[in-house]
Amino acid sequence: MSENTPVLEMRHVDKSFGPIDVLHGISLKVRKGEVLCLLGDNGAGKSTLIKTLSGVHQPTRGEMLMDGTPVNFARPKDAQEMGIATVHQFGGTYPLMSIGRNFFAGHEPTKGFGPFKVFDRQRANRIAVDEVQKMGITRITDGDRLVGGLSGGERQSLAIARAVYFGARVLILDEPTAALGVKQAAHVLRIVNEAKRRGLAVIFITHQVMHAMAVGDHFAVLIRGAIAADFRKGEKSREEIADLMAGGESMADLEANIDGQLEAQDA
Amino acid sequence: MDLISGLLRRPAAASVLSLIGVLAFYVLFAGADIGKLAGAASWVNYAARIGIVALPVGLLMISGEIDISIGAMIPAGAMTTAIISGYYEMPIVFGMIGAIAIGLIVGTINGILAVRTNVPTLIITLATLVGMQGVVLAGSKLLTGTASVPLTAPEWAKTLFGDLMFGGSHQVLILWWAGLAVVFWFFLHQSRFGNWIYAMGGDKESARNAGIPVDRMTILLFILTATAASFVGMCNAIQFNSAQVSGGMNDIFNIIVSVVVGGVLLTGGFGSVTGVFVGALTFAIVNKGIDFTAIDRNWSNLIIGIMLLAAVAMNESFRNLAMRAAPSKRRKAKPEGPDGSIVVSSDSITSKK
Repeated sequence: MSENTPVLEMRHVDKSFGPIDVLHGISLKVRKGEVLCLLGDNGAGKSTLIKTLSGVHQPTRGEMLMDGTPVNFARPKDAQEMGIATVHQFGGTYPLMSIGRNFFAGHEPTKGFGPFKVFDRQRANRIAVDEVQKMGITRITDGDRLVGGLSGGERQSLAIARAVYFGARVLILDEPTAALGVKQAAHVLRIVNEAKRRGLAVIFITHQVMHAMAVGDHFAVLIRGAIAADFRKGEKSREEIADLMAGGESMADLEANIDGQLEAQDA
Repeated sequence: MDLISGLLRRPAAASVLSLIGVLAFYVLFAGADIGKLAGAASWVNYAARIGIVALPVGLLMISGEIDISIGAMIPAGAMTTAIISGYYEMPIVFGMIGAIAIGLIVGTINGILAVRTNVPTLIITLATLVGMQGVVLAGSKLLTGTASVPLTAPEWAKTLFGDLMFGGSHQVLILWWAGLAVVFWFFLHQSRFGNWIYAMGGDKESARNAGIPVDRMTILLFILTATAASFVGMCNAIQFNSAQVSGGMNDIFNIIVSVVVGGVLLTGGFGSVTGVFVGALTFAIVNKGIDFTAIDRNWSNLIIGIMLLAAVAMNESFRNLAMRAAPSKRRKAKPEGPDGSIVVSSDSITSKK
């Protein structure tokens, strides 16, 4: 496998639910240490695409490849075992559990033997705090703290740090910044950059062009289930991307339209 | 101060405060003799009866589900024991196996329905509650022609399950309660399975994605609640030498109230075995301890109502406290960065729900 083989690739993938076509001819690839931004308005098929990538849905047609070899995920677990980790908005964190317990939910470290295996709280806390700090969130110092007391950005970071620790190679981030304020979003974007620096392939789903432009190397715009544009960093301006997402209609026209309607109402 | 605030953040805090509050009220204002109360068996016996079932119900509620069929399972366990070993005069062991088996069966049915359907478990177990009442009544009438069956248990069974200890008036059930509390404490707070239960109550979908066998754990917890209830019924039948079809219905609410007073969050994800243990104790003291005061016992339900509200209100505020800050000193030594505090907490959670 050469350095240039994409870690994860989709070739001409279609997905339909009965008679309803949701995705048509999706081809995309993401390489090691690269951030692919998937942009799209609500209803463009982003969730279906994520679910297909993470093994929840199977493609109706087309193929998926990992490291150049075709793969077939029957269940989300298959994708996870191949190193594809999906982090949803607040996904995978439990507000009323401590940071250490959250980090290791489902993979608890234990000590002792036989029926007396106990959850190794100190080790769990230490590793969790270490990993989160390594991702640049230095405010987290106590693994016993409840996750509900963290900010949205810190919770995202915890989820990402966990995915990285458990050996993720492809990180799918589903609208990680959607519910966050400006500063919190900046936190998360920094973590995305950190994940990229460590050689993960990141698929970043968002409808906020600014956030995408801050971290993306490669962009794909999804409109009505098809890739409407596919370009690299610096090839398009922010306005052009926003226009693309709005379905080809220029944002400026759209704004003019709204103004016109408002004036008509006033009159 | 640090110690106190650290203790307040524990899930059991409200139940301990409720217990202290009730005791103080009884002793200071109602003229209870604390010596007599402490020596009395009535409330400890009652606490053990509801406490044994409250332990698994607490775990189930932490995992985000509820089981009210326990109300029918206590008489079901008692009747099964009495019909097999009393009416049919088979050895007591068969009656005991029968009682445990009926718990296993109903628990499995509840659990499978809970994971296979989208019906809320309140409704599922309401259905099995009513259904089991019918089965027990009709079955008893059909097999024995009566709704009350006598039973004579051999000495060893009485000693183990249904006797008074040391010739006093404390039931042996108390030891079972204490022993089971230790087992459940280990299971929830020390073993990795406890972490799974909390995660399931916190966010079932994420727990499943994290590889936690959510369905198997749910079925297991339903089996534990139903079996604990039929076990208590079996012990009662052995002790009182008979079993009736009615009886045990009040227990549903008493058990759930003591679990909630014990600091378990109704929506799941939070609670502790210590809390559930103290919750059952507190409930029993209110309910039975009132006989040792100058208050008419008919008022006891009012006190329970007030206590329930107070305990839940305390739980809410302590939980917010727990979420906002850490019980560790390390953070204290390190001042907050200028970029802000950790206050985003509660709204980010409510917005999620």
